[in-house]
Amino acid sequence: MFFSKKKFKLASMIACGILASALFTGCGGEQGSSGGEKKAAGDEIVIGSNFELTGNVAQYGANANNGLKLAIKEINDAGGVNGKKIKIVEADAKSEAAEAVNAATKLISDEKVVAIIGPAVTANVIAESQVATDNMVPVIGPAATNPDVTVENGQVKPYIFRACFIDPQQSEVMAQFAAKDLNAKTAVLYLDSSSDYSKSLGKIFKEKFEADGGKVVMEEAFLAKDQDFKAALTKIQTANADVIFVPAYYEEVGKIVKQARELGITAAILGTDGWDDSKVIDIAGKDALNNTYFCTHYFEGDAEVQNFINAYKGEYKTDPNVFAALGYDAGKMLVNAIERGGEDGQKIRDNIETIKDLQVGTGKITMDAATHNPIKGIVVIETKDGVRSLRTKIAPEG
Amino acid sequence: MDFVHQLVQQLINGVSLGSIYALIALGYTMIYGIIKLINFAHGDVYMVGAYIGFAAVTIGNLPILPALLISMALTACLGMLVERIAYKPLRHAPRISLLITAIGVSFFLEYTSMYFVTPTPRTFPEVMPNISFNLGGFIINGQQLLILSITIILMAVLTYIVQKTKLGKAMRAASFDTETAQLMGVDSDKVISMTFCIGSALAAAAGVLVGVYYNTIDPLMGIMPGLKAFVAAVLGGIGILPGAVVGGIVLGVVEALVAGFLSSTFRDAAAFAILILVLLIKPSGLFGKNTNEKV
Repeated sequence: MFFSKKKFKLASMIACGILASALFTGCGGEQGSSGGEKKAAGDEIVIGSNFELTGNVAQYGANANNGLKLAIKEINDAGGVNGKKIKIVEADAKSEAAEAVNAATKLISDEKVVAIIGPAVTANVIAESQVATDNMVPVIGPAATNPDVTVENGQVKPYIFRACFIDPQQSEVMAQFAAKDLNAKTAVLYLDSSSDYSKSLGKIFKEKFEADGGKVVMEEAFLAKDQDFKAALTKIQTANADVIFVPAYYEEVGKIVKQARELGITAAILGTDGWDDSKVIDIAGKDALNNTYFCTHYFEGDAEVQNFINAYKGEYKTDPNVFAALGYDAGKMLVNAIERGGEDGQKIRDNIETIKDLQVGTGKITMDAATHNPIKGIVVIETKDGVRSLRTKIAPEG
Repeated sequence: MDFVHQLVQQLINGVSLGSIYALIALGYTMIYGIIKLINFAHGDVYMVGAYIGFAAVTIGNLPILPALLISMALTACLGMLVERIAYKPLRHAPRISLLITAIGVSFFLEYTSMYFVTPTPRTFPEVMPNISFNLGGFIINGQQLLILSITIILMAVLTYIVQKTKLGKAMRAASFDTETAQLMGVDSDKVISMTFCIGSALAAAAGVLVGVYYNTIDPLMGIMPGLKAFVAAVLGGIGILPGAVVGGIVLGVVEALVAGFLSSTFRDAAAFAILILVLLIKPSGLFGKNTNEKV
C-alpha cells in the first residue's frame, strides 16, 4: 500500500513532467529526452547527495558527505566543469532504507538531479536503486561493499555503481593473511550481529580460512553501540585461538580491542575497512593495538593520497576517515563523468562505466563495466605503538 | 581456564556492568516514584551529562572530579528545565500524554545534541590512570571499582535524603498522594522539580563515568543503557531505591553469565526476557510489595 501509493505519486509526477516537456518542446526545439528531462538551469549542474545525516549510522554518512563536498568544491574553485558550476543538493537518508528511498525520490522528482552520491551503508543504497534505475539517474555508493549493491539476479544494475572494493575480497585477503603470514591454525569470529556487513564478512572469512587449512573454533556476537564486551571476551579467551577476526566498525572495535587486552588476551586481532579511522587509536589506546591488522582501501602514508589528506585537513581541520575518502572518490568519479560530456543521467552513466585510470583520492581506479566495481588494490595495515604501517599491498586483479 | 575461574571472572564483569545500570536506574526509579512517569528521556539526559563532562575535561582542562561535579550541576538544571517545560503543563493530563511527551523529549535531546556536537563519537582523554589488578588470575579494573563505589555511595546518600530529611519526607508524601500532600502544605511542584534535579544529576554522574571507563561518547549512547536501566528499575521494583541498585547488578550479572556460558547473541534477549517475566510474575519487582491497584 505504502509503496504502491508512492509509486503512483512518482508515476503521476513523471507523467506530468512528460506532458510539460511535450508542451515546451513543441515550440522550443529539441531538449530533454524521455522520462527524465533535466533542469538545465543555465550555468549549474545539479547533483544529489543522499547520505545518512541523522540516525544511528550518521557518523558514516556525515563523513562521506564531507568528502563529497570537498571533491565538488575543488572542481568549482577550479572554474567548474565546462564553465558550469556543480551544485549539490543534500537530502537526509536518516539511516533507514525507507527514508533513503524518500530522499532519492525527492532529489529526482523535485530537484531534478542528474546523479546521486550515497548513501553510505549498503542496505540504503540497495533500497534506493529501484527508484534511481526507473528514473535513469546514476548512483554511486561510495562505501557500499556488499556484492548485491550493483548486481541483482546475476545481472549488473545499469545505473548503480560503487567506489570501493567488495566484501568477499576483504575476507579473502584477511583469511589468507591469517593463514599464510601469521601461520594461524585456529580463529575466533566476533561479529556484529546487527550488521549484514559484519555477518557476510565473517561467513566468507570462515570459508576461506578453513579452505586454507585453518579452523574457526568459536563464533560470538555483539550489537552495534554496545559498550561492554568483557563477558563475551572472557569466553573467547577460553578458546585460546591464534587470531580473532572482528569485522566491525571502529567505535566498537576500539572498545573490543581495549577490553580484550585488559583481560589479558594477546592473540592477533584482525579486521576490515570498518576499522579504518584514527579514532580507533584514541579509543583502544596505543599498547592495546599492537598485534592488530586490518585491510582497507588506502594507506595514509602512501605518496599518492597525500593531496587528498592535506586538502581534507585544510577544509575540515581533522583527519579524514575511510568514509570521507570514499565519498571524495565518488565525487571525483562523478566529476570525471560530467567532464567527459555527461550532462544528463544517461550520458553520465555511460561515462562512469568507462572510467579508466582515473586519479582519485585513494589512488588510481578503473571501472569494471561488467560488475560496476572499481578495480582497486587492497592494503593490509599493521598498527604498532599507535603508528600504522603498511604490511602488504595486494595489487588489483586484471 | 577452568569453569570456576571463568565463572568468577564473569561475575566480576557482570557486577561492573550492572553498577552502571544501577546508577542510571536510580534516577529512573526516583522519577517514577514521584510522578509515575517512565521518563524515557532519562538515557538522553545521561548522554548530555557525558558531553558536559567531556567539555569540562577537554575545553576546561579540569581534572575528573570537578568535571563530574560541574556536569552533575548543569545536567540537574537541564533536568529541571525539561520538567518545567515539557512535563509540568501536563500534570493533570492522562498519563499516556506524559509518556509520549517523554519520548518526544528523548528524540529532541538526541538530535539537538547531534546537531551541535556532530554524530562522530568523541574519545575521552585519559583523565585517570587505568590500573588493572590481577588477583590470582582474576582481572579487576580500578575504574570498575570506582564506578561500583560511587554507585553505592550515591545510593546511600539518596536513601538518607529520602528517609531522613524534610525534603525526603515531602517526596514520600508527594509520591503517596500528590494532591493530599499539597493540601497538607507540601509544595508538590518544588518536590517534583527537586526529584528531576537529583535524578538528572545521578544520570550525569553515570554518563561521565561511562565516558571515562569505556572511552567513547556519542549522541545516541543513551538509548540502550536507558532501556536496560528501565529493566533494572522494574526488576528491583520501580520506585524503590535499593531495588534499582540490586536490579541493576542482577541484570548485569545475568547478561554476563548468558554471554559467557550460553551465547552472546542471546544477551539482550535475556535482559528483556527478564522484563517480561517480572511483569508477568511479580509486577511490583523484587523489592516491591504486592498491592492491589486502587481504582
